[in-house]
Amino acid sequence: MNQIATLISLAVFASVPLWLQDPYLLNALITTGIFIIGAMSLNLLLGFTGQLSLGHIAFFGIGAYVSALTSLGFDVGIVGDFHIVHVPWPPIVGFVLAIVISGFCGYLVGRLSFSVRGAYFVIVTISFAEVVRLVALNWVELTQGPLALTNIPSITVGLPGLGYLVLKTKLQNYYLVLAVAAAAYFLISRLVHSHFGRAMRGLMENETLAVAVGIDVTKTLTLAAVISAGIAGAAGSLYAHYIRIIDPDVFAFINTVTMVIMVVSGGKGSLAGPVVGGVIFGLLPVFLRPVMPPEAQWITYGGVLILILFVLPKGIVPSLAPRLGLSRAKGNKAVKVTERTAGERA
Amino acid sequence: MLEIRDMVCAYGQVTALKGVTLSVKAGQLVALIGANGAGKSTTLRAISGLVPPRSGSMIFEGEDITGASPQRVLTRGIAHCPEGRRVFPHMTVAENLDMGAYLRSDTSAIATDRDRIYGEFPRLADRKKQAAGTLSGGEQQMLAIGRALMSRPRLVMFDEPSLGLAPNIVERTFAIIRAIRDAGTTVLLVEQNAFAALEMCDHAYLLEAGRVVLSGAGADLIENEHVRRAYLGG
Amino acid sequence: MAETVLSIEHVGVQFGGLVALSDLDFTVGEGQIVSLIGPNGAGKTTAFNVMTGFLDPTEGMVKYRGAVLNGLKPHEIADLGLIRTFQRTSVFPRDTVFDNVLIGLHRQGKLGLVEAILGLPRARASERAQRERAAELVRWIGLEARANDLAGSLSYGEQRLVGVALALAAQPSMLLLDEPVSGMNASETHTFVQLIRNIRDRGVTILLVEHDMPMVMSVSDRIVVLNYGRIIAAGAPETIRNDPAVIEAYLGQGAKRA
Repeated sequence: MNQIATLISLAVFASVPLWLQDPYLLNALITTGIFIIGAMSLNLLLGFTGQLSLGHIAFFGIGAYVSALTSLGFDVGIVGDFHIVHVPWPPIVGFVLAIVISGFCGYLVGRLSFSVRGAYFVIVTISFAEVVRLVALNWVELTQGPLALTNIPSITVGLPGLGYLVLKTKLQNYYLVLAVAAAAYFLISRLVHSHFGRAMRGLMENETLAVAVGIDVTKTLTLAAVISAGIAGAAGSLYAHYIRIIDPDVFAFINTVTMVIMVVSGGKGSLAGPVVGGVIFGLLPVFLRPVMPPEAQWITYGGVLILILFVLPKGIVPSLAPRLGLSRAKGNKAVKVTERTAGERA
Repeated sequence: MLEIRDMVCAYGQVTALKGVTLSVKAGQLVALIGANGAGKSTTLRAISGLVPPRSGSMIFEGEDITGASPQRVLTRGIAHCPEGRRVFPHMTVAENLDMGAYLRSDTSAIATDRDRIYGEFPRLADRKKQAAGTLSGGEQQMLAIGRALMSRPRLVMFDEPSLGLAPNIVERTFAIIRAIRDAGTTVLLVEQNAFAALEMCDHAYLLEAGRVVLSGAGADLIENEHVRRAYLGG
Repeated sequence: MAETVLSIEHVGVQFGGLVALSDLDFTVGEGQIVSLIGPNGAGKTTAFNVMTGFLDPTEGMVKYRGAVLNGLKPHEIADLGLIRTFQRTSVFPRDTVFDNVLIGLHRQGKLGLVEAILGLPRARASERAQRERAAELVRWIGLEARANDLAGSLSYGEQRLVGVALALAAQPSMLLLDEPVSGMNASETHTFVQLIRNIRDRGVTILLVEHDMPMVMSVSDRIVVLNYGRIIAAGAPETIRNDPAVIEAYLGQGAKRA
């Protein structure tokens, strides 16, 4: 049931450009999609391990910068005449490096803070994002600081025997973002339904008991942080190559807040939650912009969020899915297994 | 004093009570016994307003309290002492007792009641300023009982008061519960130690799968063949 | 006597100035059922915490099958096959009974991450095997009717059973049970005792903390009695039942009929 709903949603998303040609709306959908990928990665931590990363945008931003710098090249003086010179590589390499390096940063932040956890993890992640923002702002030789990295090339996909395809148009980018989002969704879904996912859930619900049955806290949480940060890095890379200009503002706290709102309104701990919350809060500006100034827009977001959580306290998906018959249905599976083993005995 | 008719309660899709009918007479000690998951705790939770009943009715001293809020049930004179020695671990013993009188406003009477409870439980008086979490299990149980009495209930409900207590402390706890009844407060007791519960109660109900299947004087139930086999282990 | 598997050697624990355990010294032999009893606050749960790595002893040493446990983390001790249950929080409340046992099977499912995510045949086979094993355990513990209910919605006594099932899922060679029958009536306790004997007969050594004296007396090979962090008596159930110090500190006068 759930899989059918997922496939239908995917088909609907894939069909959008067929009936929606407005470039402004398509642009909004692409940036929303990129942020939904970020929100999905945040949900892996917040919804499935209970750890709130309030500096999540750092992994996104690092992915954006890594990808941009890989494809633009740089020349940075280290000591005296010693320079590190990097010749531009194809953007697709930047995309991969963005995932790897963001994932590595997730590993570092995880190792640093998971021995204490809770509020400390929140603080470490906020601090980490601020430090990274300051580096991006002040290491002008590498990042151009506030002048921004410009002319970032679009992602190029190599087709064996057919040459190269530069993904320049909105349509191409829409499908690129959709493909990455679907891959991230699939990855997270497989992860949380594997025994790693059960270990995460166990830790979130009753940590003492979880370690007593042999679950390694640090390893499990760090793994979640690495994957989460890696996915956020992928989203950042897509952002850099689509917008084609990035500056340190990408690290702004408000961007993390946006992702948290998407996750919480859609329903943390539900796979589809960030997608639903992301579509609502990603597209809300499109409809609000013509009718109200930016400050009023933010107040409206707040109002909408409060309204959603007031009516559906667990978030949209966890509150509505059972009513639509789309609950996880894992219980039914259990019944089947019991009956089958019983049958085998008989 | 308390009349419950055909009460049905459910958690989500699981129906915990499938029509419970029972009555508690003033001044009695009434015991609910039954297997795990038979609905004993749920019955108490329904009476105290923690679980809304799907159907059925509850009349307490002539007043309909079906579906009333926990606050209202408490102000009507029903106190609930939940299972597992629930105390506020970071509050002192005195603060825990005051929490029991949270809905009362008669300050001087509260102080008198507090002193009375210290008189009954001298161990608590010695530890007035100590955080409740540092008390031993037996002392926490005393405190939970004391807190329930602080609301000046006319009916007090105990959910498995012997849970996790050393045998000698269990004996004392039961003695205290009998003393509460003897002092005129009506008691509704849920207890896994069916033998002890039947021995001390005036009247007992046996619950099975969310229904009352048997009721009678405690001594009669002890003699009952079904009860002996299924609940007394012999 | 059977070969020693767990030895507690002169273990002491202090919290600030408070002595929680003092010179605790006893052993448990292979295949035995040993009970640890004593008044509330005597240090029984502290002793469990020391044995399972939740607490480091201030002095002394704990050994399991030759390995020194001091300084090991709880999950590392679990990997040695020493598994415990808990008094109050013995389940994952927002998961079904079936999923609780699946989480308990964690130690069995050590697969590569990539295999698990890609759903490679080996991962799928392992997942299927775990589900079957979980179903078998749920049935064995007698909770198949509750398999799809959230563990948090179960009665206290049923939650004790889930706790034991998920401890068994971790494939222990020794099981530490903290008040497993509290919240069960005499008949349920009787069934549980059969279960424990059954577990022991499968080769699992058992150390038990419990206040239910009829149960302790009937199931134990040996009993160790703690009071104020010290051992005040140790021996066979008959000896303990009639020990004046134990009656005074713990059993009370009524317990003789047990």
